[in-house]
Amino acid sequence: MIRDITIGQYYPANSIVHKLDPRVKLFATLLYIIALFVYKGLAGFILITGFLILAVKMSKVPLKFILKGLKAIVVLLVITASFNLLLTPGEVTFFKWGVFQVSDTGIRTAVMMMIRLIYLIIGTSLMTLTTTPNQLTDGLEKSLSPLNRINVPVHAIAMMMSIALRFIPILIEETDKIMKAQMARGADFDHGNIIQKAKAMVPILVPLFVSAFRRADDLAMAMEARCYNGGTGRTKMKPLKYTASDRVAYLVIIGFLAAVILLRIFVPYFG
Amino acid sequence: MSIIVDKVSYCYSEDSAYKVQALKEVSLTIEDGEFIGIIGHTGSGKSTLIQHLNGLLKATSGHIYYNGQDIYDEDYNLKDLRNKVGMVFQYPEHQLFETTNFEDVCFGPKNQGLDKKEIELRAFEALRNVHFPEELFYQPPFDLSGGQKRRVAIAGVLAMHPEVLILDEPTAGLDPAGRDEILGLLAQMKRELGITIILVSHSMEDVAEYVDRLFVMNGGELMYEGAPKDVFRHYKELEEVGLAAPQVTYLMHELKEKGLNVDLDATTVDEAKQTILAALGR
Repeated sequence: MIRDITIGQYYPANSIVHKLDPRVKLFATLLYIIALFVYKGLAGFILITGFLILAVKMSKVPLKFILKGLKAIVVLLVITASFNLLLTPGEVTFFKWGVFQVSDTGIRTAVMMMIRLIYLIIGTSLMTLTTTPNQLTDGLEKSLSPLNRINVPVHAIAMMMSIALRFIPILIEETDKIMKAQMARGADFDHGNIIQKAKAMVPILVPLFVSAFRRADDLAMAMEARCYNGGTGRTKMKPLKYTASDRVAYLVIIGFLAAVILLRIFVPYFG
Repeated sequence: MSIIVDKVSYCYSEDSAYKVQALKEVSLTIEDGEFIGIIGHTGSGKSTLIQHLNGLLKATSGHIYYNGQDIYDEDYNLKDLRNKVGMVFQYPEHQLFETTNFEDVCFGPKNQGLDKKEIELRAFEALRNVHFPEELFYQPPFDLSGGQKRRVAIAGVLAMHPEVLILDEPTAGLDPAGRDEILGLLAQMKRELGITIILVSHSMEDVAEYVDRLFVMNGGELMYEGAPKDVFRHYKELEEVGLAAPQVTYLMHELKEKGLNVDLDATTVDEAKQTILAALGR
């Protein structure tokens, strides 16, 4: 049940995408998101779809596994789509009731928004699925290191992020365990109205918070015991190094964004 | 009244990269009122197996019968089953959440829909049964020591008056005194309350002294079953799968090799003493 959450989880496989430098993947994800919000017209859409399918295929992550991540945002998708659909005025109005109306522009923006959100989740989860949390933060730290000069604590931020990511599966497992323990004591999470359901969460949340604080305490202690004192002078066991395929990937992704922009300027038709 | 496990297999995260076959066609029978030990190395499937017994996990294939009824039948009431088959998880103290120990023990009976008087009676009785000091009844559980917390958690399950009590490594992380206390408590409850007890452990010493029958799990399969004496005769094979027979068993075998005519089936220190004295003719 709760194990189904795939956002922020790593899927081990031996693929080109997995082996890319995390900085490349971060940069690529950023450009991909820009492309998603820049594109206009059918041609751009086809290009982005093709790019996404290619990336998923190369990553060797089963599509089923990626799509599972979408389950978590179904509610968000429905809300966004219905707001766009019902509240956008347009040239042709099909249906009107009070402030609500269904228009051609409304339908178009609703569909576009859905596609953007779905693609956004698929693209970003592809990055987290193919990059271990450690690589991810290493990449982030290195990419943001210029900010150190203006006194941004980049290392501390990266460390916090890696710890947060690392703890997601642990906390999920813990929640699963506590849920089972309370179910064994007759707790019922599925029935009753919304207030009863919220109340039923207390026996899970209290132990979960207690254990999260305990873990945080233990971790801080363990880090101090190993003389952790922040980023200055700290060396890496596996320093990041670009390879030939990383350079190719940079070119491909920059070319991709350029193509999306060009298509927007020259063929912004349909959709 | 019995639990029959019939060719149960279970697979974690079936269609993903992390697929693990945790149980392979396990079949076993547990009679009413028995004190059962389930032993296995870490990852042998023992915790997975017991989570099937009260329906928290649903077998990928196979059946489980409780008192003759298939618990996977559509109209079988799983909540009812969980009232009858109580489960104490590993480190049960992590599930405490109420403001006082007493309130926490009340959680189970409250879910059973009993009236207030009955709930409090049961909570009181359960806390007494685990020898929890009365002056701590209305204290918050988070200030207690590990051993005391564990008592509260076990009482929380006992208060539901289960017919079968399953405990997953109830002695993990306790010192020898705390361990003996908890195990003694279980033996006493079995005698006085007549409930079936299933004890999961990886320590032979834990179970040798207390259980009537033993199941040894290895790699998701049932390896041996029988009285502790019979199982410990395979001490060499047990060692190969990362388990060990009680130290007394080793001592007996060594004495026998040196020519002393002792009973090889002695597993506890007491039995060892008797047979050595007998062999020496005193």
